[in-house]
Amino acid sequence: MSEKTKRRPHSIMRFNIWGYIFLVPFFVVFIIFQFIPLCSTIYYSFFEYYRAGLKEVGPNFVGLQNYIEIIKNGDLLYYFRNTMIMWVAGFIPQILVSLLLAAWFSDPSLHIKGKKFFQCVIYMPNLIMASAFAMLFFTLFAKTGPINSIYVDTLVWCSKHFPFLQPVFDFLHLQPEAVDFLANVHWTRGLVAFMNFLMWFGNTTILLLAGMLGIDTSLFEAAEVDGATATQIFFRISLPILRPILIYVVITSLIGGIQMYDVPQILTGNSGNPLVHGHLTSMTLIMFLNQNLYSKNYGLGGALSVYLFVITAILSLIVFRLNTKKDND
Amino acid sequence: MRKMEKALAVALAMAMSLSVVGCTQTPDPSGNPTNTPKPTENGNGGNNGTEPATKEVNTGEGEGKVLNIYVWNTEFKERVEGYYPGYTKDAADENKGKIGDVEVRWNITPNDNNGYQNHLDEALLTQDKAAADDKIDIFLVEADYALKYTDTDYTMDVEALGIKKSDLSNQYTYTQDIMTDSNGKLKGLSWQGCPGVLIYNRDAAKKVLGSDDPAEVQKAVKDWDTFLDTAAKMKDAGYRMNASTNDSFRVFSDNAKSAWVVDGKLNIDQSIKDWTELAKKMADEKYADTDDLWSAAWSAGFYATGKESAADADGNVIKGQDTFCYFGPAWLIDFCMAAGDDASIAHAGGWGATEGPAGFSWGGTWVCGCSSTDNKTLVKDIMLTMTTDPDVLMKIVKEKNDFVNDQPTMEKMAADTSYKSDILGGQNALGLFAAGAKKIDRSTMSGYDQGCNESYQKAFKNYFDGNATYDEALEAFKKDVHTKYPDVKVD
Repeated sequence: MSEKTKRRPHSIMRFNIWGYIFLVPFFVVFIIFQFIPLCSTIYYSFFEYYRAGLKEVGPNFVGLQNYIEIIKNGDLLYYFRNTMIMWVAGFIPQILVSLLLAAWFSDPSLHIKGKKFFQCVIYMPNLIMASAFAMLFFTLFAKTGPINSIYVDTLVWCSKHFPFLQPVFDFLHLQPEAVDFLANVHWTRGLVAFMNFLMWFGNTTILLLAGMLGIDTSLFEAAEVDGATATQIFFRISLPILRPILIYVVITSLIGGIQMYDVPQILTGNSGNPLVHGHLTSMTLIMFLNQNLYSKNYGLGGALSVYLFVITAILSLIVFRLNTKKDND
Repeated sequence: MRKMEKALAVALAMAMSLSVVGCTQTPDPSGNPTNTPKPTENGNGGNNGTEPATKEVNTGEGEGKVLNIYVWNTEFKERVEGYYPGYTKDAADENKGKIGDVEVRWNITPNDNNGYQNHLDEALLTQDKAAADDKIDIFLVEADYALKYTDTDYTMDVEALGIKKSDLSNQYTYTQDIMTDSNGKLKGLSWQGCPGVLIYNRDAAKKVLGSDDPAEVQKAVKDWDTFLDTAAKMKDAGYRMNASTNDSFRVFSDNAKSAWVVDGKLNIDQSIKDWTELAKKMADEKYADTDDLWSAAWSAGFYATGKESAADADGNVIKGQDTFCYFGPAWLIDFCMAAGDDASIAHAGGWGATEGPAGFSWGGTWVCGCSSTDNKTLVKDIMLTMTTDPDVLMKIVKEKNDFVNDQPTMEKMAADTSYKSDILGGQNALGLFAAGAKKIDRSTMSGYDQGCNESYQKAFKNYFDGNATYDEALEAFKKDVHTKYPDVKVD
């Protein structure tokens, strides 16, 4: 007995060492590409450090001045609002459609044909790079784009063949001329939200589907025997069991949403236009951050990144709390 | 996933740079739809540059064996390939060539999103550490940001290269004023001049004004009030006066009496304010759209209504929209108005040129010797040959319709009745350009022009569209400038 107990910790140690060795690459990469940049971002946020033409200014220690300047500028909260509006507007349809699709795909009694095919198809928009996708929508909705020409042609055709519709068009202020969609705040934000929805609902569906397929079918059978309706089964059994996956989906989507950049950047041509009541309405937080790339402003950019870090952390904590609370009841 | 995105990003970037190359393809000066290079008198076929050297090139005893040239498009490369004696293209690599025993390497980074300057700046700042063969020998700059480089030690005084002031006496003086730094040293040379004209649609002029004769059209656009009256007539006839409100921006900004930044403070010249007023009027009256320059809606004016452009690499087609006029210099006419496309107005020779409400200039490219160069002899010879040699420049005018930086050549060509621009319906507009070039005064340029011009147009689009008030747009502009240039005070 004594021999055995002596040996065990030793062999565990020897076995564990492989674990550590396998962890090394991750930590090396993490430290070089994540941890050091993270620290230097925070470090430089206390400095005046940018480039004026070809001349480097700084780094000069300025304390909290960068943080104060961002608060004084006052746009941070507004851009946060833009980001959240566009994220929520895209996320609500995304989660609803995904839940519905996942429920259908996982329900064997529906006998859906070509399930695998449809699962592939709904995932496809995610394979296109976001900026290419945004470019596509930019072209589609441009003044000279196909959407406008369909709109104008339809209107002209309708007023020609159905003259009685003319008062309706007049009432709705519809004129047979190209609409500048991207000069309208609702269209611009709506398009961004729609693109995000289209790109990510397939991904979410697959995640939720995996969760739903993991539920023990005997639970459904038992519920059915007890006379539960399909709606009751969905809300009383599927959803509660899915909660961990839902938390994961909400948090990852939220973090992705806060980092929203390429779609509005390309769609609005790096401008964040339209400007309404003195505020840029489609400028997101990361677009705001990247504006500082022009002058290589490490100081101000660093301070902004720290704010973003804090915002993301707080939001993630809130979502996490809201979703885990009920489990403790 | 990430890898996939990166691969796609690279593919897209390549596609984009290809389309940039596509834009700079020169139209055949003969208006001949076939794209074969036209042989000239001495059998030198312009673009193929593979002929044996016509003169012995002195590449300098004991100097570097690699000449690195940083540029953002292929314009200068095509000029050197086509006209620099002794240059041979590398058959395998299009970004390489040879002059004597020196290898020429073209480092091309497209301008999009400030890419060229970012790339160049990083390279310049690390020149000390670069290997001898990687050191930059020549880089090119554009008017909007030239001053960012002239006042630094990275650009070489041309006299230090051995170029005498007397060699440059035929050039237009403004091209040298721009590149003269605060110590009076000349830092770069240009092969072109960029006086601008009003480029009008001959069909529209005939229909609405009754004549497409430049002198008659000039009467209808002689000043801005008359210009607006004509715009109203054009609108009634179904034409946009300009494609975009931004078309006239350069006409006003070039005539500004003060710079964007004065004593470290942002300054908005009266001329810029005048433009804002005009543009607002044009937008409200729907005389012009508010799209960005170079956008598809802007380019739609290059085609008549009912005509469509040839599909680009992505299959996009631009639908024509009748537009009366654009403002631009020679390079706009020849490089940008889609003369290579059968369906375009330019291809049919449907444009005319006249002075317009005010003279102006737009753009320009300068060749700078980089202070780290180890090929001084060759850099000097390239700069001299490409910007002062009358034979070379004359050939560029005849074959490429460019407006070159040599006063006697341009005056001779302006008087030459056998010279015709096909895009301008056979008009010889060089006299118009030459007269404009002499009047150009760019003393109000600053190193902040590029950022300020871009931000101003971007912010005020909201004002023109009716989304924002003047003050709101101004505030947005100031914020944007402060972000781009933290050293500039905006209030």
